[in-house]
Amino acid sequence: MLLNEMLSKNHIQVNVEAKDWEKAIDLGGEILLKEKLIELSYIEAVKKTKREIGPYIVIAPGIALSHARPENGVNKTSMSLIQLKNPVKFGHEENDPVKLIFTLATTDNKSHLESLRQLMGVMTESSDMDILFTTKDVDKIVEVINKHS
Amino acid sequence: MLKILVVCGNGLGSSFLMEMNIKKVLKEIGAEVEVDHSDLTSAKGYHADIIVGTKDITSQLSGYAKELVELNNILDLEDMREKVVKALEKFENQ
Repeated sequence: MLLNEMLSKNHIQVNVEAKDWEKAIDLGGEILLKEKLIELSYIEAVKKTKREIGPYIVIAPGIALSHARPENGVNKTSMSLIQLKNPVKFGHEENDPVKLIFTLATTDNKSHLESLRQLMGVMTESSDMDILFTTKDVDKIVEVINKHS
Repeated sequence: MLKILVVCGNGLGSSFLMEMNIKKVLKEIGAEVEVDHSDLTSAKGYHADIIVGTKDITSQLSGYAKELVELNNILDLEDMREKVVKALEKFENQ
């Protein structure tokens, strides 16, 4: 699956308000929940893992990859992205605060790998990441995603 | 061949991203090492020589590999290269 198939325009929101990390994970998950791509249990699993294991989903400065496992309630492999208006702390020593939340849901161990590879392409291109962190225009983000898909 | 295991909480997202970058680093330095990724629980039975993960993960795996490599930012290839090279050096004379 290509990145822009998983992370389509209607799965991207900018300037989102969230008061803390839990709310941020909820909001990212709700985009997928609304389309029944995941179940509520999936969002709960992400938060539970964060509480029990730690903030490892904060993979780089300002970026969280919110995800759990297929058996936690995934109906279709998909992804959402929210850019927060005000960054929130996840309790990560080096990478807080977080402004971008990618919510990743996958039905198996393989179907999302091509997309993740393409997402890595986005994340290692600093000019593209600047757009993701700062733009107030969803179409600009869609352009970046399409370029890497 | 040495075995590097990249670990994250559920073995699907960040560990795969780290694995991709580590393979890139290993290719650059010309090291022939086996790389795989897994979740925290399976990592304990894997018998890897080197375990790579973020701090909250590696802190729970001490004793499960000869070397632990702790990463903060999985996109920071420089940092990754430095730490992986250092870990590999410890196996050079064995």
